Amino acid sequence: MKQLTVISGKGGTGKTVITASFASLAEKKVMADCDVDAADLHLLLHPKIRKTCEFRGGKKAVLNQQLCTNCGRCIEVCRFDAISENERRSPEESRTTIDPISCEGCGVCALICPVQAIQMQESLSGEWYISETEYGPMVHARLGIAEENSGKLVTVVRHNARLIAQEKDLDLVIVDGPPGIGCPVIASITGVDLVMAVTEPTISAISDLERVLSLARHFKIEPVVLINKYDINLENTKRIENFCERDGIEIVGKLPLDSAVTQAMVQGKTIIEYGASGLVTEIEDSWERISTKLKK
Amino acid sequence: MIISVASGKGGTGKTTIATSLALFLSEEGWKKMQFLDCDVEEPNAHIFLKPQIDRSEPVNLLIPKVDEGKCTYCGECARVCAYNAIVVLKREALVFPELCHGCGGCSLLCPESAISEEKRGIGVVEEGRVGSIRFVQGRLNIGEPMATPLIRSLKRKINPEGITIIDVPPGTSCPVIEAVHKSDFCILVTEPTPFGLNDLKLAVETMKKLKIDHGVVINRANIGDDKVKEYCNKESVPIIAEIPYDRNVAVLYSSGIPMLIEGEKYRKIFGQLWASIKKRVK
Repeated sequence: MKQLTVISGKGGTGKTVITASFASLAEKKVMADCDVDAADLHLLLHPKIRKTCEFRGGKKAVLNQQLCTNCGRCIEVCRFDAISENERRSPEESRTTIDPISCEGCGVCALICPVQAIQMQESLSGEWYISETEYGPMVHARLGIAEENSGKLVTVVRHNARLIAQEKDLDLVIVDGPPGIGCPVIASITGVDLVMAVTEPTISAISDLERVLSLARHFKIEPVVLINKYDINLENTKRIENFCERDGIEIVGKLPLDSAVTQAMVQGKTIIEYGASGLVTEIEDSWERISTKLKK
Repeated sequence: MIISVASGKGGTGKTTIATSLALFLSEEGWKKMQFLDCDVEEPNAHIFLKPQIDRSEPVNLLIPKVDEGKCTYCGECARVCAYNAIVVLKREALVFPELCHGCGGCSLLCPESAISEEKRGIGVVEEGRVGSIRFVQGRLNIGEPMATPLIRSLKRKINPEGITIIDVPPGTSCPVIEAVHKSDFCILVTEPTPFGLNDLKLAVETMKKLKIDHGVVINRANIGDDKVKEYCNKESVPIIAEIPYDRNVAVLYSSGIPMLIEGEKYRKIFGQLWASIKKRVK
C-alpha cells in the first residue's frame, strides 16, 4: 500500500480542491483529511458518516478552590504562565486561578501541590469519523474548539485510514494535509511514499514552498510540486521551475487561475465533476504522473 | 491595544490585511506601533513590510539531561512526564527531545536530583523596524514540531502601550490559541466560499470560547456566494469590511507589494475598518 500526502506550506493555494479531484480520479484508495482544525474536504466529497469515535487528547489542571491555601507553589513551578493570583474579593476566597487556555497539561502543579488541590482532568478534544463517499472510504475528524493535540488526532486519522486500506485490500491512502510545517504537518507526512506540495507563483507561497520542501527532505520523503494559478505571475512561475529543476524535483502540473474553481466549490463539486475544460485535462495529466511515480 | 488578524482557512488574505492595516496606522501618524508575525511556521509579513532586521535571538526549550552517575533508574521521571518524553530502562534513561514540552517536571521531582536541564533550540525571534513600526517575527526551525513555545516568546515582546498587530497562523488549534490569547480584538478574514464559511464558523466559535471580541473582513467579496453574509447577520457577527477581488491586487501581492499601494480606494476601506474597531475597543 502506498501513501501520498498533499501539503502546501501556505494555506489557500488549492490543496483541498486538487486532493478532491484526485479522489475522483484515483482507483482503490482511502481518503484521509488530516487538516483536522480546519477540515474542508468533506464539503466536496460529501461523506456519509458510518462510525463516530471520540478523541481524547491531553488533560487540563483544575483547581479545587476549597482546598487551596494559596501557598503559591504551583505558580512558581508552572512554566506556561497558566497560574496566577487574582485580587482577593473576600478573605475566604481563593486567590489562585488556572487559565485553562494557557495550561499545557504537564501536571507538574498537581504533583507539587502540598494539599492536593489540583486535579488533572481529561477532556473530550474532538471526534473522528469513518465515512463512505461516492469515491470510496474516507477518514476525517473534527478537533474541538480551542483544543490541543492536533498532531495526535492526525496520527489517529492516518492510522485508521491505513487499517481500512489493509482490510479492504486498497492500494493507496491519499492524505489532505494541513498548512504550515509544524506538529500536524509532520504527523501528516512521516512515513509516506510521496509528498505533493501545491504552490502558487507568489513570493509568500514560494518562501513557504522552500520551507515545506526542506521539511520533506528532512524526513527523507520525495516531494513533487504542482503550481496552481501559474499565470498570475509568469516570472515567479519560472523561478519555481528553475529551483525545482536545480534540486531535481518533478513538477507534476501547472494549473491556470480559473473562476470555475470557485463555481465548482459553491456547488459542492470537485473540478472533475464540474467539468471545467481547461483544468480537467491538466489535473488528469498530473494525476497520471503521480500515479506512475507511486507505482514505481 | 492588541489586535490580532486570524482566519481559520489559510490564504484568505490575513497577512495582506494585517500588513496593510499596520501601514495605514503608521501613515496616520500612530507612534509606538508594533507588528508581531506569529505565523512562525511560515512567516511572510516581512515580504510586504520589508523591515530592517537588527536583532536575532535563538529561542530554546529546556529539556532534561540525566546524570547517569546519580540516576538509580527508579523511573519517577517517566511517571511524571505527561508527554512520554522520558523512558527509563533497566540501566538507561532515554530522553526524546522532540516530545518534551519543557515543563521541568522531571528535574523538579527526581528524588536523586539526577536531572539537570539543557537548552534545545526550536527557532529564532527576529526584531527590526520599518518607519514607526517595531517589527517582531518568529521563525520555527525546519523539522521542529513545537510552534507554541516560540509564539509564547514572541508575545513576551508585546509593549502594552501603543498598538500591537498580530498576524496569526491559519487553523484553530494550539498555535492559533497562543497567538490570539489576550487580544483586545480579533479580525477574522474570510472569503465568500463554502471553505471560507466553514472555517469562519470554527474561528468565530474559537473567539467566543476565548471571549475575544471579533469582526469579519470579507476578502474577494465579489466571488462565490452570499452565505458568509447570511451567517454573519444571523449570528450577529459584525462585518467590518468588504474588499472586492481585484486581479491587480493579486498580481501586486504575487510580487510582495501590499494592497495599500493600490491607492485611495483601499485607504478608505482601512479607514472605515479602523473606525469600527476603535468603536468596539475602548
